[in-house]
Amino acid sequence: MILVLIDHDRGEIDPLSLRALTAARKLSHEVEAVAIGSEGASLAGIVGEYGATALHVATHSSIIDYTPMASGRALKDLVEKLKPAAVLAAGSPRGNEQLAHLSAFLDIPMAAECSEITLGSPHHVLRARWAGNLIESAFVHSDLLVATILGFSIEAQTTGGEPATVVSFEPSLHPADTVVRILSRDSGESKGGVTLNDAKVIVSGGRGVGGAEGFGKLEELAELLGGTVGCSRVVTSSGWRPHAEQVGQTGTKVAPDLYIAAGISGAMQHIAGMKNSKTIVVINTDPEAPILRYADYAIIGDLHQIIPALTSAIRQAKG
Amino acid sequence: MSKLPEKAKCVVIGAGIVGNGMVYHLAKLGWKEIVQIDKGPLPNPGGSTGHASNFIFPVDHSKEMTAITAESMRQYKEWGTFTETGGIEVARTPERMQELARRITSAKSWGIDGGQILTPAEVKTLVPFIDESVIVGGYYQPSVGVVDSLRTGTLMRERAIEIGAALSFANIEVLDITVENGHVTGVVTDQGTIAADYVVIAAGCWSPKLAAMAGAHIPLTPAVHQMKDIGPVPFFKDAKGDIEWPIVRDMDVFMYERQHGTGLEIGSYAHRPILYTPEDLPSNATAALSPTEFAFTQADFDIQDEHAFELMPSIVGDENVREKYAINGILSYTPDGMPILGETPEVKGLWSVAAVWIKEGPGTAKSVAEWMILGDSEIDLHSSNIARFHDHQKAEFHIKARVDESFNKTYGIVHPLEQYASNRNVRLSPFYVAEKNLGAVFYETAGWERPFWYESNKHLVEKFGENVMPRTSEWESRWWSPIINAEHLQMRETAGIVDLSAFTIFDVTGPSALAVVQQAALRQMDVAIGRVVYTPVLGPNGGFKSDLTIMRLDTNHFRVVTGGAHGMADKKWFSDLLPADGSAQIFDLTSSYTTIGVWGPKAREIIQAVTKSDMGKDSFKFSTCKVIEIGPLRVLASRISYVGDLGWEFYIPIEQGAKLWEMLWDSGRDHEMIPVGIGVYGTTGRLEKCYRAYGPELETEYTVVEAGMTPPKLKEADFIGKEAHVKHRGEKPIAMLCTLFVDDHTSSAGEKRYMMGNEPILTLDKQPIIDSHGRRSYVTSAGSAPSLGKHILMSYLPTELAVAGNKFLVEYLGEHYPCSVAEVGATSVFDPSNERIMA
Amino acid sequence: MDVLVCLKRVPLAGGTLILTPDSRDIETKHLGFGISPHEENAVEAGVQLVEQMNGTLTLLTLGPSDAEEQLRSQLAIGATRAVLIETDGQEWDPQGTAAALVEAINADETNFDLIIFGAESADSAGYQIHIRVAHALNRPIITNVKSMKVENGVVSCERVVANGREHYEAPLPAIVTVRDGLNIPRYPSVPGRMQARKKFVDLKKADPRTPKLEKVTLALAPSKDKGAEILGKGTEAVPALVEVLKQIGAF
Repeated sequence: MILVLIDHDRGEIDPLSLRALTAARKLSHEVEAVAIGSEGASLAGIVGEYGATALHVATHSSIIDYTPMASGRALKDLVEKLKPAAVLAAGSPRGNEQLAHLSAFLDIPMAAECSEITLGSPHHVLRARWAGNLIESAFVHSDLLVATILGFSIEAQTTGGEPATVVSFEPSLHPADTVVRILSRDSGESKGGVTLNDAKVIVSGGRGVGGAEGFGKLEELAELLGGTVGCSRVVTSSGWRPHAEQVGQTGTKVAPDLYIAAGISGAMQHIAGMKNSKTIVVINTDPEAPILRYADYAIIGDLHQIIPALTSAIRQAKG
Repeated sequence: MSKLPEKAKCVVIGAGIVGNGMVYHLAKLGWKEIVQIDKGPLPNPGGSTGHASNFIFPVDHSKEMTAITAESMRQYKEWGTFTETGGIEVARTPERMQELARRITSAKSWGIDGGQILTPAEVKTLVPFIDESVIVGGYYQPSVGVVDSLRTGTLMRERAIEIGAALSFANIEVLDITVENGHVTGVVTDQGTIAADYVVIAAGCWSPKLAAMAGAHIPLTPAVHQMKDIGPVPFFKDAKGDIEWPIVRDMDVFMYERQHGTGLEIGSYAHRPILYTPEDLPSNATAALSPTEFAFTQADFDIQDEHAFELMPSIVGDENVREKYAINGILSYTPDGMPILGETPEVKGLWSVAAVWIKEGPGTAKSVAEWMILGDSEIDLHSSNIARFHDHQKAEFHIKARVDESFNKTYGIVHPLEQYASNRNVRLSPFYVAEKNLGAVFYETAGWERPFWYESNKHLVEKFGENVMPRTSEWESRWWSPIINAEHLQMRETAGIVDLSAFTIFDVTGPSALAVVQQAALRQMDVAIGRVVYTPVLGPNGGFKSDLTIMRLDTNHFRVVTGGAHGMADKKWFSDLLPADGSAQIFDLTSSYTTIGVWGPKAREIIQAVTKSDMGKDSFKFSTCKVIEIGPLRVLASRISYVGDLGWEFYIPIEQGAKLWEMLWDSGRDHEMIPVGIGVYGTTGRLEKCYRAYGPELETEYTVVEAGMTPPKLKEADFIGKEAHVKHRGEKPIAMLCTLFVDDHTSSAGEKRYMMGNEPILTLDKQPIIDSHGRRSYVTSAGSAPSLGKHILMSYLPTELAVAGNKFLVEYLGEHYPCSVAEVGATSVFDPSNERIMA
Repeated sequence: MDVLVCLKRVPLAGGTLILTPDSRDIETKHLGFGISPHEENAVEAGVQLVEQMNGTLTLLTLGPSDAEEQLRSQLAIGATRAVLIETDGQEWDPQGTAAALVEAINADETNFDLIIFGAESADSAGYQIHIRVAHALNRPIITNVKSMKVENGVVSCERVVANGREHYEAPLPAIVTVRDGLNIPRYPSVPGRMQARKKFVDLKKADPRTPKLEKVTLALAPSKDKGAEILGKGTEAVPALVEVLKQIGAF
């Protein structure tokens, strides 16, 4: 049996967890799910639809909201009881964190961000490294496989299954397990503008913009297209733009309808944050720039001439 | 994007300062159908131009380098990309102060004026952010400046495109350079093939890789120059534009500091040499910054940080001034420190313009374009000629060894006679062991180990006492020995045996052999078999391309003998004259024959004792050669002399060399013959006789007439440079090569000082002497004339000043010494009637 | 306040990676080395804490002897001293690495109030070493934080998620992993470099353990080469782009 951690935020499922379910189905027809916190019980229908027959729900008076170490303890208790062949979760910050706690409790290896899993002795995985630019082929030497699933490596597929049977259990928490948990939340900084996360259009600038003042042109174009400005890491570390606008592995990962990359050569960590955008347009002086491999369209040339020309052409077209 | 053309007159590979310069200057001289390609994007394809520090100090001990730099500065100014900032070289030691005085001296010789020595306080006034207590003085050169090399390159490229002479393509990778029958035919790229008559490699540190595609060699190595940019500097916060403070070179720690906007750029040539091969360089895609900007290795810069801190504590020592950018930037270095220019000796039509730095770029491009189109450049580029390399000098081991050794001399105090320590003993004469046993002190030429003097002759120093002109100052004693002058004096009394193995020797044979040598030689080569002719070789403008000796061995067989250093370039010069029909050939015999010279009043007795051939005055005439038998050996003996005494050169297959040496040596012992080093052969012997040398005296800038070497009769046969030479013969020369004596050697410190060459000759009121062609008078060669007890200077002087007895000053290390003209023209100051040679 | 920051020496790669012939590592012969981006923020956070609250900042790494270069660079920014657990240059698996770090931390004479990690390493991104260390040391751990302050023996942090910020706290001694954006890391100054040369780097040896997560080979991810359609050069290509934008409904 494969056990899949279904991550949720106060009852709202992380869709990546469903991809983990599909990944589990590829390994075995016996797939069960586990959710941490009583609100998880509401997910029985959807996890059933994606192939889990049972949904184990860890309930405990100390688990009110996200409490990662407690999740690890609960998973440990459940693993000891159910003896699954593998525990999977989404390769999200939370998925990675909770399974890391589990593997630390059990002192067994964990393979993060896997795109392919073959159970065996040892288990074999392919996992992403270097912001997805490298694929590692690795053996995992343990009876139980603990692994997280690389986000975009698989599409979630329904099995049309019945709602999963909910099985509640109370983990044997230690006081230390609940020290770190969400104490309070702020909703997003809504400054009226469009944030990177929900922008449909992002006009992003890199080293080629040349300085803080160069971003005016990009802002103008972004505004015209109803989008927002993003940037590469060089730009924030040079202090030209605030970190909140940084797109990439270490900034925000985005997937807008249109991503215009101007003066960005395409460091790996930047690509990792934008390559899932629907349409990518590159403006760069260097037709060899790595970012071109990920682009749909490109103009070779100086952004300082092309962006203003584009802005005025769009204005004209709009009438 | 327009498509790559299928055909071009010339393909220029590279779009850095050099490639762009080539495209522009070729176009300017009238070429059309020029196609420029680069692997990288424009305007910055990722080569060394893109990260250059871009400042220019127009000062160098090399005349050629200074001329090219001055021409480059002129062009940068013309494009409006030059900012004059002034520059200061500061000294932390007295030795460096002497070197700075020497640099000012060289600058003056090459026409760069305005240099002045500053006290530490005066330096502080110009650069208030230094700590003047760590320096002992400085040298201020107001004409130093900073250029925008990327912009200049772009302007040049665009101009060439604008006038319809050139097309330029970025992001094109060269896969192959094709060659047929020794001539380049085109360039194969990842985007198509371009057929071309000429291909110019201007690809900086990638050049060797490209040359190798055609089977040619560009012997350079990519080497790291470390640089860090710190800031923002509060003191520069109001700085407008890129630069407004003078550039500082902290010479003794091999570093420079320059203000760049609100930052300070700190560069170094002090770190360990870090050498790569062109294959190591990443592509634009795999490089973290650019292919020639490697990650900075701080550990190599640790000491430099401290040195920068010492000199500029208020900036470098400020905790809030932080590293903004630091790189191990890649530059091109060559085994002898000079650029690599010209048509490759391996492939006709394939030209190299490599190992050229920012300060040289536009000037070099202009000169090479002239060379390609007009047959010669206005500025003499012989020290940079790609044809100069001997085969062993193209080996990676040699390149790496020499650059490893010389990298830290980039800002070093390099003595004019300083020898390399690395990769020695590569070419040894058959007498090497014998010479070693005689205590030979070996200097290197073209890989050959040549005795410069012999310690076994030390006792002669005592014998000749003050006549050896002993030196007390350390600088002039370095790489010198009074034994040289003692050997000289002894040779003039008895005889000396000289190892001349370093000669480059090649035979020209075939039905067209005479036509080939006639074409090259100024002098008549249609001479009797057995004649030896010493002749200038001229360029199209009538200036010197070489001077060498040609023996006519048979009707269709000539043997050319020339110096080792320039021999390979001479070989290419002659090879280029071979007719296409194969009716003449060249055979390089350098490694087949060795040469021994015996000269001195007793030379005839010594030789006669071991041969049955009649060596008598009338039976073996001067300027003739013939095969004689010496014991078991058949030896080609040639009666000429470069030292001013009776004697012969003996040519013998190299495996028999040791035997010949042994026989001559044994015979010489009975006549007090001594071994004599190149110190005599190359300097004292020749200078007493006022013999000119290619390079110092003979170069394209001066004519045969000015050098005093006009043949009495103009030969009828055509030869290169004839038209110009005929013109020169009909004109009054503008300058004349003169021999001067130094009249008083005493410095202000009371020490006798001896000039070494390249010093300016000044009027008595210390003004430079400039002829009507703008050429300055300077010491072309300097050295002892022991037989006369004089120190000799050779210099071109404007004809009206070239009068025996005229008095001048020579500037040496910041002081002035009186000198006077001893002889105008080629007449020897020692034995002017040549009685000794003709004896 | 005594702070420990854990670092990893990683290559500074360009836009495209090249693998070594045995496909076990990336080719680094023309690459420089640095530390992972998030770790630069970790050091900066440590320096700031020590500046504000006095105490010491110690750096700890496991890696080849060349990792001293990265330690010296970070010492130049203001750390007090460093510990290098020297390996033969082979990559260790997360469990082995965590165990060696724990051993070094336990052996250290300083009892660290706060241990800071970067959220993930640039090269291996295993997402677990910090958590294993926390378990072994019995300390609370807060991960992925983008703001952090220490007051009255408590570290309070914020984590940025898609729909806002989450607030966490933990009593010291604790462990935190930080993300890029927490601060703007400073670059070294020359005096910083000079001081760093004199700072103490404690070299320790550790024996490698048999890896439980065993790397076999690496491969380059198939780049989803879309084969960008080049619309042209310079501003003359703008009308073509306007057409494209119109077609995809961008305006």
